[in-house]
Amino acid sequence: MARPVQYNVKNEGGKPIQVVDSPAGYGGEGFFTAKLSDVVGLARKNSLWPLPFATSCCGIEFMATMGSHYDLARFGAERVGFSPRQCDLLMVMGTIAKKMGPVLRQVYLQMAEPRWVLSMGACASSGGIFDTYSVLQGIDQIIPVDVYIPGCPPRPEAVLDGFMKIQDLVGKESIRRRTGEKYKELMESYGIQ
Amino acid sequence: MRSMALTNERIQERLVEKFGDQLTGFEEPYGLLTFIAPKALNLKILQFLYDDAELGFRFLTTLCAVHYPDMPGNQLAIVYHLHNLKDNVRIRFKVFTPVSEPDIFTATNLYATANWMERETYDFFGVNFVGHPNLKRILNVDEMDYFPMLKQYPLEDGTRIDKDDAMFGR
Amino acid sequence: MAELLHPHVKLPEGSIEKQTTTLNLGPTHPATHGVMQNILELDGERIVSAEQTIGYIHRAFEKLAEHRPLYQITTLTDRMNYCSSPINNMGWHLTCEKLLKVKTPKRVDYLRIIIMELARISDHLICNSIVGVDSGAYTGFLYVMQYRELIYEIYEEICGSRLTTNIGRIGGFERNFTATAFNKLEKFLDEYPRVLTEFEHLFTRNRIFMERTQGTGAISAERALNYGFTGPNLRAAGVDYDVRVHTPYSSYEDLAFTVPVGSTGDNYDRFLVRNEEMRQSLSLITQAYRKVQEFKGAEADVYHADVPEYYLPSKQDVYTKMEALIWHFKIIMGETEIPVGEVYQSVEGGNGELGFYLISDGGRNPYRLHFRRPCFIYYQAYSELTKGAMLSDAIMTMSSLNLIAGELDS
Repeated sequence: MARPVQYNVKNEGGKPIQVVDSPAGYGGEGFFTAKLSDVVGLARKNSLWPLPFATSCCGIEFMATMGSHYDLARFGAERVGFSPRQCDLLMVMGTIAKKMGPVLRQVYLQMAEPRWVLSMGACASSGGIFDTYSVLQGIDQIIPVDVYIPGCPPRPEAVLDGFMKIQDLVGKESIRRRTGEKYKELMESYGIQ
Repeated sequence: MRSMALTNERIQERLVEKFGDQLTGFEEPYGLLTFIAPKALNLKILQFLYDDAELGFRFLTTLCAVHYPDMPGNQLAIVYHLHNLKDNVRIRFKVFTPVSEPDIFTATNLYATANWMERETYDFFGVNFVGHPNLKRILNVDEMDYFPMLKQYPLEDGTRIDKDDAMFGR
Repeated sequence: MAELLHPHVKLPEGSIEKQTTTLNLGPTHPATHGVMQNILELDGERIVSAEQTIGYIHRAFEKLAEHRPLYQITTLTDRMNYCSSPINNMGWHLTCEKLLKVKTPKRVDYLRIIIMELARISDHLICNSIVGVDSGAYTGFLYVMQYRELIYEIYEEICGSRLTTNIGRIGGFERNFTATAFNKLEKFLDEYPRVLTEFEHLFTRNRIFMERTQGTGAISAERALNYGFTGPNLRAAGVDYDVRVHTPYSSYEDLAFTVPVGSTGDNYDRFLVRNEEMRQSLSLITQAYRKVQEFKGAEADVYHADVPEYYLPSKQDVYTKMEALIWHFKIIMGETEIPVGEVYQSVEGGNGELGFYLISDGGRNPYRLHFRRPCFIYYQAYSELTKGAMLSDAIMTMSSLNLIAGELDS
């Protein structure tokens, strides 16, 4: 099959380039079989729709990540939505105060399965430098988190790294995960039906 | 240029002329005239400083409170910073009140900006501003039942179970 | 403004019961403004009243400051107005220097001016491009983000961090500006004026933008002063109060610049005032840079005041010289002499007069530290600014006021 890509395909000069492989499967002329979860994972991970729940300084670093210098759109996350009903990935960026906790939980509950949560920054991961009476010491006290990105604020490269880890999780997720026992137990430990 | 610069001595003169010896503690830390007034007079002083043509302090820079737990009868100090923009002079005055009856007259009728400043002071210290249109908590959670900035309350949230006292130097 | 200009349909009297709708705008809303909530009462699309709720990111800075030594409070000040953290840092250092009676050398002052004006440009860039985004124009935002990256590179070269900079020390800077930093600064000064002109061409005489922003969110000078407005919002209303001119700090009096002033205080004026302030900041940076270049020889190595009691010595000295080790120990453990007293120092932040009221009781931590935060003070006026306005104008007003949540809730 003729490839539309013309540059960097022959690796003249031995430069390190990574060519993305197709998922493990068996192919022939005009057909290709693979595991459903692999194909679904591949499609999902390259088209995640994030919900930027930006509260403070990490939100500005997220804006820089979305900018053209560190482009998050390369990873398929160009369409950021602000409606939880339409998004897959909840990116919590910034300090969550106790006043904001119920709001965050409500947004999380409104998301449809499958949903992932990325906690960006020290404040969202564990309260950060604000060990005070009014700050929630980590969002994992109210919602389950998949990836934590440390930093205050994390560099855009760190955000991209965390995003790629989420992509790994999404790509390798089993189709039966969300209906299994362990997941139900996890949700119940947070009090989510 | 101004005909006669408004100096701290002149302001002090005018204030003492009007209010006599009810105003005490005149000092000038780092060049800013500071004095103490009885709490019943705070509105009168603000009004006088606003209306007077020579003094003209018409900008309320900030309003905050300080808690001195060791001064019986005078534990809470409410501090007003005013600014005369035309002559570029600042002034600070304090009123003291016991923490058991922290009632102070509100400045919202004179300065619209005092609205939220007083709500913040109420939220943090429990100062009751008499006559305030909407005195309720502004920054903290509405259900909070104590005033966090008072010195007896700790900084950290007491409900954390994962902090090791030995490692945190306690 | 409150009457309908072209009533198309006239319904008979009493046929519809007039009811207002309550719309909850926030605390999570698009266009990354930060978390604040507005409960609007709408009559159709006109706003009858607005009530603001804040505190969704209250991090108790003032209580935290009572438990931290002076040099650790700089990290707290970073996170107030996080779009222009160097200005907050410098304001705090100036407050400490006023309390401790430390006089900084001229070179340090000019370097500080460069950093503060870069931060001001960074803050106004975000504000103005977000005003564009909220009116539907995304291009301006993406285009100028590239130049904010240049500013971030300059900060990185000086202090290591991009956004929450924690830049400087009491008495100066932690290290001298390297040649790379100056090269990046020159590159910025070369490229940015043309970009600012292009940005202005996109918006300033754009018919759609003008229709959206002119006449909305207007406030008169008297009401603005009564509400305690400062900064670009007050200057757009017609009052030329700028802390850099009135109470000059850090050698601003040696440099010449004009203060742009608007007339009606509406969204369009605020946009224009911020654009013009960016140009004035560029001129200030150029002047300060020239003055810095005039220092030659040993003077060019001066980057902090000679106050060993308060200025943390550099690590090489701490590990090799006995004196530096002792001073380091004394400063960290709080055995240096901090005078008892109270001081109020203000700087011109990106949003206005950022004030620090510090009461010290001689100990390592302040007894009380109060931040006069401009955003908090002028957000009260939002209900007055949007009375009778349409919902879309309310959004534009909120973004053109430059509300930064970190500064709103302390």
